[in-house]
Amino acid sequence: MAKITYREAVRAGLREALQRDSRVFLMGEDVGKYGGTYACSKGFLDEFGPERIRDTPLSESTFVGAGIGAALGGMRPIVEVMTVNFSLLALDQILNNAATLRHMSGGQFSVPLVVRMATGAGRQVAAQHSHSLEGWYAHIPGIRVLTPATVTDARGMLLTALQEPDPVFIFEHAYLYSMEGELEEGPPAVDISRAAVRRTGKDVSLITFGGSLWKTLAAATSLAQEGIEAEVMDLRVLRPLDINSVLTSVRKTHRAVVIDEAWRTGSFAAEISAQIMEGVFYDLDSPVARVCSEEVPIPYPKHLEDAALPQPDKIVQAVHTLLGR
Amino acid sequence: MADFVMPTLGADMTEGTLVQWKKREGDRVTKGEGIAEVDTEKAVIEVESHTTGVIERLLTKPGDKVPIGTVMAVIREEGRPTTSPAPAQEVARPAAAPHLAHRTDTVVPSPSQTGRLRISPAARKLAAERGIDPAHMQGTGPDGAITLEDIERAAAVAPGVTKPAIVADRQARMRQTIAAAMARSKREIPHYYLSTTIDMGRTVTWLKQENETRPMTERLLYGVLLIKAVAIALRRVPELNALWKEGAAVRSEGIHIGTAISLRQGGLVAPALHDADRLSLSDLMTNFQDLVKRARAGSLRSSEMSDPTITVTSLGEQGVETVFGVIYPPQVALVGFGKLVERPWVMNGQVVARPVIMASLSADHRVSDGHRGGIFLAEIDRLLQEPHTL
Repeated sequence: MAKITYREAVRAGLREALQRDSRVFLMGEDVGKYGGTYACSKGFLDEFGPERIRDTPLSESTFVGAGIGAALGGMRPIVEVMTVNFSLLALDQILNNAATLRHMSGGQFSVPLVVRMATGAGRQVAAQHSHSLEGWYAHIPGIRVLTPATVTDARGMLLTALQEPDPVFIFEHAYLYSMEGELEEGPPAVDISRAAVRRTGKDVSLITFGGSLWKTLAAATSLAQEGIEAEVMDLRVLRPLDINSVLTSVRKTHRAVVIDEAWRTGSFAAEISAQIMEGVFYDLDSPVARVCSEEVPIPYPKHLEDAALPQPDKIVQAVHTLLGR
Repeated sequence: MADFVMPTLGADMTEGTLVQWKKREGDRVTKGEGIAEVDTEKAVIEVESHTTGVIERLLTKPGDKVPIGTVMAVIREEGRPTTSPAPAQEVARPAAAPHLAHRTDTVVPSPSQTGRLRISPAARKLAAERGIDPAHMQGTGPDGAITLEDIERAAAVAPGVTKPAIVADRQARMRQTIAAAMARSKREIPHYYLSTTIDMGRTVTWLKQENETRPMTERLLYGVLLIKAVAIALRRVPELNALWKEGAAVRSEGIHIGTAISLRQGGLVAPALHDADRLSLSDLMTNFQDLVKRARAGSLRSSEMSDPTITVTSLGEQGVETVFGVIYPPQVALVGFGKLVERPWVMNGQVVARPVIMASLSADHRVSDGHRGGIFLAEIDRLLQEPHTL
């Protein structure tokens, strides 16, 4: 097994996609000459040429809309949006066009578009570059929402997403780009419909996704030292949600903590909590707990940013509370 | 206003199901009149009103299962004015909230500030499956909530009281109710047992003569004489006619003999023959027959279930010569009679054949002792030698 960074994994996926299918092209801000804001497309302009690696103006609505048009026209566009904060400018194209055209055309049109964007905090880039809004996207029917947390998923989800007939949104946690991990064996393309158990345990289910997975695994390791066996579930796909895997886990452990870097109110964690209550109320031995971000714009100073985000010690604390300790 | 609450119809009843209302809102009721039919785990019981007045509101729906003490209806007492439309708060009061103010016989601690037990859904489910009553448990979960682990621990230390709670058929539920009452009795009550053989010759002879004077339908059974003898003997040893309440025996004013009646479908009930010491043998016979009929039909009244002050059991029909019974809490004594049999008996130095019966007493040693118990059995014996006085 090879050790690579998350950034290299994303790049490997993109490269393979571009090599496999001539209909695939990449466009976005600084993806060409600059090699990508997160260096995920470094060298691609030379390798694939300006037709397939296209720098765009700073207008998310325009280039996401262009991506939708290209997809309708038979291409397989990959659109990179610099951060989820900026994607809000393209929300009209996403919600009113990408997500609806199949339905509004009675199935005559499909939009095989892949949009990648960075999400999440932890890099001291403050309140306009740090938010976690993937839960908002998961609210929208008609699209698929992926949150790769491992290098294997960072490479492989893109390849499977390009096979989908409908729009797929991939949220890459910006804090993970420099993280190293081991690529799992097997074909590069991976499943994009199921959650995954990243650690098994019997005492509590820690349910999370994206950048919070690693904090959650750290919390589980710390809990194991005091004899608490936490099961860690990586949702991987927020829409359509694989709730059955979550319920199976909670049925076993009878307790659940949902870890989500979004703000608590109206968060995706709230949705998970509600579905657990609907599905396995009589198996619950304690209320469902949530560890989310504090309800503030993500602060710039490091100590305040750290304090605003879910952290392993907060997760451990939440588990202790559930266990009455 | 008077509250009509789910009564305690037996020591181990914790809840009951309203089968039907026999009155509607606005109907008049008199004290002692049956207004509801309640299904306990033993039988369907008609529950009587303690108040004379008009039914203002019915709060419980037929089919609802509610804990004892729950306010099921509100009765406007005679001479009181109608209330204006009830304040919202009162209407909103859930029928399931135990109304403790009206409970006098048992003490149920309030489980939490809100009246709702703090227990996780999974723990509640498991408790029901294992037959564990979580009401008095100390929880170890968040904010003292009772958790799965607490229930599992309780189930592990109390395997004797384990019972599956969800049992469709009444027979099994009744068996569980009896099991719980009897296990509690043997756990809590230090029983002592006495027995004596009583010559029934005079009683049998007197009864034969007496019955010859009576029409067929009014003939007496010797069992009624036994009950009457027990009732009168209790006047002499009144400490046996008592109920154990909160660590002390409280003597009962009336003598209400709980009469063990086996049911055809299995199990038994022991409803009260009220004021058995004061009724004539004829009335006692009539009431006894009525009680047996209604016990088997499942239409006993609430007071009959909750009032017995002592129990009499007879296993003579089954051919048993001696029975040492288990006291039915909170009673403090139980009298048993065996089969009436002919045995060799020494009278005036001669061995003769006489009809005899074995009488036994199971009594609570916290309340009485063998000396008083012996006097009680001797008094029964004496009374049965003078049947015409009964």
